[in-house]
Amino acid sequence: MTRAVMDPTIAPPFPVAALTVLRDTQLRKNVAHATDVIQAKRALLVAEKKDWQQLRTAAAAIRAHALANLGSYLEEFEKRCTEAGGVVHWAADAAEARAIILKLLREENATEVIKIKTMTSAEIQLNPALEAAGISVFETDLAELILQLGGDEPSHIVAPALHVNRGQVREIFARRMGLQNLSDDPQVLTAAARTYLRQKFLSVPTAISGANFLVAETGSVAVVESEGNGRMCLTLPRTMITLAGIEKVLPKFKDLEILLQVLARSATGERMNPYTSLWTGVTPGDGPQRFHVVLLDNGRSQILARPKERQTLQCIRCAACLNTCPVYRQTGGHAYGSVYGGPIGAILTPQLMQMEHAQTLPFASSLCGACYAVCPVKINIPEVLIALRAQVVDQERGQPARWFDPMFLGMKAANVIFASARQFRAAQWASRVGLSLFTGKDGWIHRLPGLGARWTVTRDLRGIPEQSFRQWWAARDKEQM
Amino acid sequence: MRASLFITCYNDTLFPETGRAVVRLLERLGVELEFRPEQTCCGQMHANTGFGCEAFAQAKRFVRLYQDSESVVIPSSSCVAMIRDQYAGLFEKYGDEELRKQLASVLPRIFELSEFITDRVGVEDVGAYFPHRVTYHASCHGLRSLHVGERPLRLLGKVRGLDLVPLANLDRCCGFGGTFSIKNSEVSSAMLETKLHDVVSTRAEYCTALDNSCLMHLGGALHRQYAGMQTIHLAGILANTEESATEKKA
Repeated sequence: MTRAVMDPTIAPPFPVAALTVLRDTQLRKNVAHATDVIQAKRALLVAEKKDWQQLRTAAAAIRAHALANLGSYLEEFEKRCTEAGGVVHWAADAAEARAIILKLLREENATEVIKIKTMTSAEIQLNPALEAAGISVFETDLAELILQLGGDEPSHIVAPALHVNRGQVREIFARRMGLQNLSDDPQVLTAAARTYLRQKFLSVPTAISGANFLVAETGSVAVVESEGNGRMCLTLPRTMITLAGIEKVLPKFKDLEILLQVLARSATGERMNPYTSLWTGVTPGDGPQRFHVVLLDNGRSQILARPKERQTLQCIRCAACLNTCPVYRQTGGHAYGSVYGGPIGAILTPQLMQMEHAQTLPFASSLCGACYAVCPVKINIPEVLIALRAQVVDQERGQPARWFDPMFLGMKAANVIFASARQFRAAQWASRVGLSLFTGKDGWIHRLPGLGARWTVTRDLRGIPEQSFRQWWAARDKEQM
Repeated sequence: MRASLFITCYNDTLFPETGRAVVRLLERLGVELEFRPEQTCCGQMHANTGFGCEAFAQAKRFVRLYQDSESVVIPSSSCVAMIRDQYAGLFEKYGDEELRKQLASVLPRIFELSEFITDRVGVEDVGAYFPHRVTYHASCHGLRSLHVGERPLRLLGKVRGLDLVPLANLDRCCGFGGTFSIKNSEVSSAMLETKLHDVVSTRAEYCTALDNSCLMHLGGALHRQYAGMQTIHLAGILANTEESATEKKA
């Protein structure tokens, strides 16, 4: 299996990347099975909350309010975190964030680092940068460990190894940990990972985490996880570096009450996630004694400036939209060419790339709206997808080479056709005559040239009837007169 | 009761039998229907493909055309969703105050066909007869944008002779998505295959829906695969009566 390209600046267009995955029947089976299981759990846990819709409304309101006042809440976070003994760094983009983290690690003379699962670190391509600087990186989240040892890439925001089944995990562990006769029993596999990781927890003095939430009021950082690896990273190492997108901030500590409820139920179908860690600066004699927070912008301020697109930043990374998405179900996450896949990835990635890359992602959706229906913070993903499609098309309007693209031409022509009933009637006639050349004796079209071939590759098309509805109506009107 | 029929561009061209069925059905229910030949398209294809200002031209045309209509009935949930969900945004961006007022005035008078029959005409038993095994596909826009809910199923439940078979994974998209089916043809086809599995498993004779767009997608694959199942718009079933069935045989 070739390694998926997860850097949006060089990833192939979505339809091309999807082709590779669509041929991988094992991967598609794994994704369909895993998402079915999570969805069923989520549905049960959401149904038992009679006030689920009110919770969603509250969660969305908190996130929208935080974003509308982001500047002041970030400053408040910085102030409180600093007072508590933390050091806050500001990174405008991925390169600056990498440089800050690398500098901090060099100050620690670090040669090894342990990590709690962080999608943001994948967003800034942190691991390759650290490895290139001679620092060994150990992922401590079980799924991330599987991927790291297997030379694979994350395909899901919450369950990064969702596309891998346990037989494949057994093979990876047996090969990379040198364990013969390993069974594919989940308990045996977990125990193997535990033994492997325990040495790292005990020996590596520097850890890197992401953040689920930053609390402005207290300067606290919150991380939720299911395995206890985060808890280990927060107790044993000497130094902790947290990388967080600037949108992660919540105004008040009590806001966690709402958001932790909707997050756990939406993400894993649990009433509460197994481990919720909250820490505030440095506490003498307890946990890391040096604590840094790197606040990452990397395109987020620009998203914030666009009224319709801004809601993208409300995301709390629960991945409910991935699990319900009929596109993601077929392709998994790798086809999106970014650590953020699925519907939220389709709107987040191109915006983080400032619409210079990943322009095929906003089109990677049938706009079915299943994502919006499950989103715990009510992000209207279809609305943002359409807004981004318009941004992409507006770019194309300025590129003469794109004007001859059949889709672009077709859209411009259709616009002229729909401008008057006379032109529309003429187009109806022309398409009937044109398509009759391709219509078989059974009255159906089995094969079309050009763009039409993308339809007829799997579907027939009924030939255009002799009489349009408007012709029938006009004839009937005459009869009745 | 009077109503204007907005047939939609693709029904007009590709599925005129649906339009004829709507006319037969609604006239039978005592609705005085009119058809304004100036109509073309609601602009959905352009809007959803990113051509906002082109979509605006069609949206403007639509809103002006139906200013004085008592009701506008549309046999397509996705076109209704376009009007309800996207016109306001387009008029915000490209339109003026006058146009926004006209939109606000016309919006409450827009009905998808099953909404029109149950909410406006106020009947569930339309006197239809369709002695076949039928499954109902819930098109995404009807389900999640219009929230038509049980309306189509209640209408189908009252059709004499009809054996309604439930469809598994009712809320899952068929993969059409307009230009998505062309731009992402392979993914769209994979989604269609997943949907077809559920549809064919019902062993129904007909698959029905509120939208001929989904049905064109499903029907195209059913035909390609010689699946022995046909697609029919909800209007086609509801228009059918004992008398019309006898007429056909004679």
